[in-house]
Amino acid sequence: MKKSLFFGTLTAAGMVAGFAAAGTLEDVVARGELNCGVNTGLVGFAAPDANGNWSGFDVAICKAVAAAVLGDPNKVKYVPTSGQTRFTALASSEIDVLARNSTWTFTRDVDLKLDFVGVNYYDGQGFMVPKALGVSSAKELDGATICIQTGTTTELNLADFFKANNMTYSPIAIDSNAEGEQQYLAGACDAYTTDASGLAATRAAFATPSDHIILPEIISKEPLGPLVRHGDNQWGDIVRWTLNALIAAEEYGITSANLEELSKGSSNPEIDRLLGTSGDLGPMFGLDNLWAKRAIAASGNYGEIFAATIGESTPIGLARGLNAQWTQGGLLYTPPFR
Amino acid sequence: MAIATEPPKQGFRLSQLLYDTRYRSMTIQVVVMMMFMAFAAWLVDNTITNLAARGKDFNFGFLSVRSGYDIGQRLIAYDSDSTHARAMLVGLLNTLLVSFLGCLLAVAVGVTVGILRLSKNWLVARLMTIYVEVFRNVPVLLWILIFLAVLTEAAPLPNAFKEGGSASMLLFDSIAVTNRYTAVPDPLFSRSLGNIDIGIFLISSDLMALIAVVVAGWYARRLVLRRATAVQNATGERPVTWWKSVALLTLPAVLTLWALGFHLGYPSLQGFNFTGGINVSNAFMALWLALSLYTGAFIAEIVRAGVMAISNGQTEAAYALGLRPGRTMNLVILPQALRVIIPPLISQFLNLTKNSSLAIATGYLDLRGTLGGITLNQTGRELESVLLMMLIYLVLSLMISGVMNIYNASVKLKER
Ligand SMILES: N[C@@H](CCC(=O)N[C@@H](CS)C(=O)NCC(=O)O)C(=O)O
Repeated sequence: MKKSLFFGTLTAAGMVAGFAAAGTLEDVVARGELNCGVNTGLVGFAAPDANGNWSGFDVAICKAVAAAVLGDPNKVKYVPTSGQTRFTALASSEIDVLARNSTWTFTRDVDLKLDFVGVNYYDGQGFMVPKALGVSSAKELDGATICIQTGTTTELNLADFFKANNMTYSPIAIDSNAEGEQQYLAGACDAYTTDASGLAATRAAFATPSDHIILPEIISKEPLGPLVRHGDNQWGDIVRWTLNALIAAEEYGITSANLEELSKGSSNPEIDRLLGTSGDLGPMFGLDNLWAKRAIAASGNYGEIFAATIGESTPIGLARGLNAQWTQGGLLYTPPFR
Repeated sequence: MAIATEPPKQGFRLSQLLYDTRYRSMTIQVVVMMMFMAFAAWLVDNTITNLAARGKDFNFGFLSVRSGYDIGQRLIAYDSDSTHARAMLVGLLNTLLVSFLGCLLAVAVGVTVGILRLSKNWLVARLMTIYVEVFRNVPVLLWILIFLAVLTEAAPLPNAFKEGGSASMLLFDSIAVTNRYTAVPDPLFSRSLGNIDIGIFLISSDLMALIAVVVAGWYARRLVLRRATAVQNATGERPVTWWKSVALLTLPAVLTLWALGFHLGYPSLQGFNFTGGINVSNAFMALWLALSLYTGAFIAEIVRAGVMAISNGQTEAAYALGLRPGRTMNLVILPQALRVIIPPLISQFLNLTKNSSLAIATGYLDLRGTLGGITLNQTGRELESVLLMMLIYLVLSLMISGVMNIYNASVKLKER
């Protein structure tokens, strides 16, 4: 009561609900539903289909957490958030997890009091231009008009990049990817800039994707990952290790196809601990021993999720690149399950 | 002789606070005041507790930190190395610019439409009615979006203006309407007086000089008119003043412009965009036009009401004295109508200024877009930013109504 009245008065200040107190796990279990913050619609990462069913690379994280905690990957309420509203939504407990192409930065982690639990996509900022513009490098964009989404790391990188290269530009601030797409296609800006993965996903949704190119320059590091509120370590651990379970499953060759068989017991003790055949990892953070098995069953291991949502066989067509397992020359490397 | 008996002396009883009408209103006021103060104290306390629970403090230090972002339209020097405070100032000036130009255009439109709506010409009066009803009854946000959509969808791309392209510039190649901005000529001075540095930003001395001579000319004209009235009162004949008025209003400005070496810098297409002129962004255009035309419709009604409030007998009396319709309007009707018009006009100006924060829909970076948008977001200082923004809008509104009240006092009926 006290809380709701207070924040009713202060919604203008962007603070919508109460304390970032411990006990997110209890809240989620009591509610029977996970509130997961996603983006407003970026095919491949998070987008609803015609029936309102969400799918995508970030959505798979929400599903895995819901499966681990609630036993059902469909018990998720997807909350679309914009670049400007996402962190407030998380800080004010409107959502339990934010999985929305969000870059792990010092200020977000430290000053905004949020905890990034890991990285699910190693990315960098790029530029997309129409082929007809005849530009082949970002260094040729001097004087161009550029669309950027506000409230993102993107707008800060852009300013730095142009300054460092002694070039000028006119920024057009946009609020969502949909608006950016529309402005860019209408020619209101010469180039659209955001995370390279986001560019690929945006381009895939165009009527004629081949009319647009993504320039070779990558101007920043954008480690994207899911995040939770600072201060509730139990909940943070659950989300962190659910992500790790998906990545480890790929490393150890656990797939949707062989999951049932492997969970009867295998020759690899690490797999047995992960799938709960031996050990008692789950109870250590308040879940049962089959949490990871359910998380993997939700949409498969990391590699399967990648291939189904944004991989080379999808219209988005992203290569694994940095996001391959460390054994394949990539950066994915989970700490051991023991 | 009767001896007046003293009324029985009675002490003050507590119940009097409730039942005695002399004290009751005081009691109620004190109780309400205490409740209000308790509520305020509780709000502040709650805010502090909640901020502390989230590990946040309340401090405005972020304003002096490097902002790191760029702003498309800036009236003063600014880049990503400037502070958040300066970004806020850039936004505030953008708010002031669109509000000021909006008020000017809204009054111009409103007065014209309001008077034309009273026209005896059936078609003109109906057209004005349609304008008023259409603009007044659709939310201003929709008007902003419509103007923006029309500007971005209907106008050609800048590179359509290339040699042999499909689009061409207007007015002897001086104006280009594109889907991003309207490129217009830039006023330049070859014998410029330079800028005055007032610490925070630079002010163009040329502009100041121009304003000074125009104001001086205006003042001189008033003296001339006052003399004419004095002569008229003494002799019954009013000297011809129109050419003096015209000269005093235009010549000083023209001479100053000439002395400063005024010329225009024409925009031309260089690479991706037009340079050399001023690019007035579509976001600004859409916001300005929508706000002005929307508010103009309300002002038209206010003006019409003001004129209609003056009884018809006044017009007839003026005609009977032989005044022509124009004179009747200027000398008899308007001075009286202004008394009715000014007070509601103040609230329209306040509305327009506050509505300018709908710039959020166009991407025009005003105060809400900088302080309440990007700065708030990049620093995570919601409470501080929003409170500061509210304070600035409050001060702005109070200043506008202060100035307008002074004007109102000067035109209102003076009873002697
Ligand atoms: N990684 C950057 C940018 C994230 C971002 O906003 N990405 C865009 C384009 S990839 C997006 O997800 N838009 C979807 C939407 O507007 O809902 C950040 O965290 O600030």
